[in-house]
Amino acid sequence: MTSVRAAVQLLVFPGLGYAVAAGFLMEWMQRKINARLQGRLGPPFYQPFFDVVKLLGKRPVERPPLQGLMMTALPAGAVVATLGAVALLPVVPSGGGFAGDLVLLVGLIELGPLLLVLGGFASRSLWGGLGASREAIMTAAYNLPFLTALIALAHSSGLSLNGAALEGSWPVRVLALLAILICLPAKLHLNPFSIAGAEQEIYAGATTEYDGPRLAMWELAHSLEWVALVGLVAALSLPVTGLGWPVRVLVFLGLSLLVVVLLSATAAATARLKLAQTARWFWLWALVPAASALVLAYAGI
Amino acid sequence: MKLLRSLMRTARRRSPWVFHANAGSCNGCDIEFLTCLTPRYDMEQLGIRHEGSPRHADIILVSGPVTRTTCEALQTVYGQVPDPKVVVALGSCPTSCNVFAGSPTVVGPLDRVLPVDVYVPGCPPRPDAMIAGLAEAAAILAGDKPRPEHQPGPADPDTADPDTADPDTADPDTIDPLTAEAAGEAGRR
Repeated sequence: MTSVRAAVQLLVFPGLGYAVAAGFLMEWMQRKINARLQGRLGPPFYQPFFDVVKLLGKRPVERPPLQGLMMTALPAGAVVATLGAVALLPVVPSGGGFAGDLVLLVGLIELGPLLLVLGGFASRSLWGGLGASREAIMTAAYNLPFLTALIALAHSSGLSLNGAALEGSWPVRVLALLAILICLPAKLHLNPFSIAGAEQEIYAGATTEYDGPRLAMWELAHSLEWVALVGLVAALSLPVTGLGWPVRVLVFLGLSLLVVVLLSATAAATARLKLAQTARWFWLWALVPAASALVLAYAGI
Repeated sequence: MKLLRSLMRTARRRSPWVFHANAGSCNGCDIEFLTCLTPRYDMEQLGIRHEGSPRHADIILVSGPVTRTTCEALQTVYGQVPDPKVVVALGSCPTSCNVFAGSPTVVGPLDRVLPVDVYVPGCPPRPDAMIAGLAEAAAILAGDKPRPEHQPGPADPDTADPDTADPDTADPDTIDPLTAEAAGEAGRR
């Protein structure tokens, strides 16, 4: 029974099936909301799906064997790692089988940006390297409040992820959630923190040299990152236990879409900041709620 | 298999990504092209995306009469775009050299350098015409429309640049830019 359950969790919900569909939906929602707020009509809802299918059908440019291998393995690793992170989300109470703790979840979420940095340098393009180094600096900036908030959560409720365990005290959860929400646009390369991708400014950032199926994997990994990070916030803000799992799932989906709307509206309303401004923002202002959560958690409130 | 093929055709028709190359244009067409992104024309409805990297693109949009300095760069960009790809000539300059015809610094029109699939003449063309041209290019990508036959124009020895052309490609009559070798070589540069 546990193996069936683990398989369902990995392949259906919240794993592969849900993650890919929701990833495309969230990507479309972001583009559509952006377009509507600018007074445009925006792309039809199947757009991200057809983008990925089209990229899969393109013939990649020949590369030296080792470089080609790295440029294929790195985005593939990003897809797999992010998919694992989505499957670990504490939506339904875990019954053993495929289970992990918060450390594994954070590790898998962080693997995506890390592989993007490696991928940017592996492509040996000037713009790829520039985008990758920007991404690396961004990671250092936003991970300080992000990890502080998660440590506060873990201290108040434990590291395990089996649904009920993420219920620490409310003040800690709210403050930690606020800090994580502030970090999300940076992790998803959205305005005002779209510095690493910086479309048209440094071409396409770390993915400048990626073409065809290799680019499709980065696009897919990015969609899955949406599901993983938005899902993390939704799972952390799930109110109260005691509800049956269907209700939990529905509330989870509703909260996920709400976070997407919030992030997209913020992205449409803001312009890109500079790298130094971003670092200052995260190390000063985003750290305030994160550090307060940490203090409250250690004070036992 | 048949289902997959029709899915791929639909995907290619609905998601053409554009790379815009300026080959000595006066900037009129370039500014006019950006109008296509504004609320009035909004080409994202058709799934068209303006990409910063030629590696991501399906359509190469060229404006300008192809000057000597941009000729080689244009061929490099053409090689960098992965197959299948379509070349769109934006404006009168890449179509006929326009007022620059006969200038010693101009190598164009564009069909002497690259195999052009769609022409959008005008000085500059209206955004509607550009979007119609891009939609036609997407139809060619999907295989709904046949590619026009490419005939490299007659070589004009006076306008061929002796510095940038290597011996193999000095005579445009003998090279076919469509061949995979030519494209691959340019892409590796």
